[in-house]
Amino acid sequence: MQQKENEKKQAGFFSFIITFVFMFVTWIILSGYFEPLLLGLGVVSSLAIAWFFHDLLFAGATVQDVKVFLRFCQYAPWLIVEIIKANFHLLFLVFHPRMHQLIDPHIIQFQTGLKSDIAITTLANAITLTPGTVTITANAEGGFRVHAIDRQSAQGLPGVMRDRVAHVYGENR
Amino acid sequence: MTIFINILAVAFLLTGLVSFLGGAVGIMRMPDFYSRLHPAGKLDTLGIFTMVAGLVIYNFHHLSFGMVLLSIKMFLIVFFVFLASPTATHSIVDAGMRAGLRPWTKKKEKE
Amino acid sequence: MIYFFSCIAVGLCLIMILPLYRCLMGPTVLDRLVGVNAIGSKTVVLLLLIGYLYERVDMFVDIALAYAFLNFVAVLAASRYFHKRKGLYEESFME
Repeated sequence: MQQKENEKKQAGFFSFIITFVFMFVTWIILSGYFEPLLLGLGVVSSLAIAWFFHDLLFAGATVQDVKVFLRFCQYAPWLIVEIIKANFHLLFLVFHPRMHQLIDPHIIQFQTGLKSDIAITTLANAITLTPGTVTITANAEGGFRVHAIDRQSAQGLPGVMRDRVAHVYGENR
Repeated sequence: MTIFINILAVAFLLTGLVSFLGGAVGIMRMPDFYSRLHPAGKLDTLGIFTMVAGLVIYNFHHLSFGMVLLSIKMFLIVFFVFLASPTATHSIVDAGMRAGLRPWTKKKEKE
Repeated sequence: MIYFFSCIAVGLCLIMILPLYRCLMGPTVLDRLVGVNAIGSKTVVLLLLIGYLYERVDMFVDIALAYAFLNFVAVLAASRYFHKRKGLYEESFME
């Protein structure tokens, strides 16, 4: 019991540190002044916000989550390239004179088997950002309903994108 | 070097403009509300990304610490839009589903 | 280059007319919301371009950031508000 309490306290301290660093970096980027008075004010307000809200933004963060963040940094450029590639398909559709024969909106359902909330949220965001598909609902068991604009863009789901997201959050089982 | 930066910035800005134009035309032409969300939500995201990238490349003309900070701030906008745009799209879709709007399909048109 | 920026800004303003048509003529309320969102995302870039024209980018970046936040919150609040209004739409299949 004592040990569990201790672990909980440690996790709270780590998320406090992460929140403080995040807030302070945002302060520096947004203000752009480096006078001691303004930096001191930034430290004070970041400390206050980190004290009150450390269980809100990065709740239960541990040291292992740094690895998840690094893997996310590898995943983001791939996502951007994918978005740019898929956007040209949508541009072609939009400017096509006989667009109404080309598009075929329909709703598909599939099961992904992802567990954690953040993985499901990331996958839903990625599906919505990839043109041709919009997430309608995503429930806690990993079931998705997706509105796709034509048959071609619906083919690739869930497929590669699900594997990438599962790899980022370490859910490869 | 100057002309190179200019050409790159112009290319990015024009790509963004074409993408914004595609989004606007898509909003006009698509048959129903669900398919209108596809160009609205995503071509606009790509447009903001490319246009801000072009402006950041233009910033390289006067390279200084303030300009680097400014470029980071511009990319903060892009980062925020990448987070917020799917959320807004999903929220609108959810509202449509709850209100009971029927999706447009091809078969219905033929009958 | 500044001349080119002003041309791009005018082009963006012309593009905004198309979503504005959707805002005014949209069959449902949510169509109007989509149009408002599209206009807002174009305005963010337009504010940055205006910053380059006035040579005060450091000031206009903050305005653009605040506008992006405001646009997001407006769309979120409006769609949360309208999803219970069943009588607003002419066709309804979920009863």
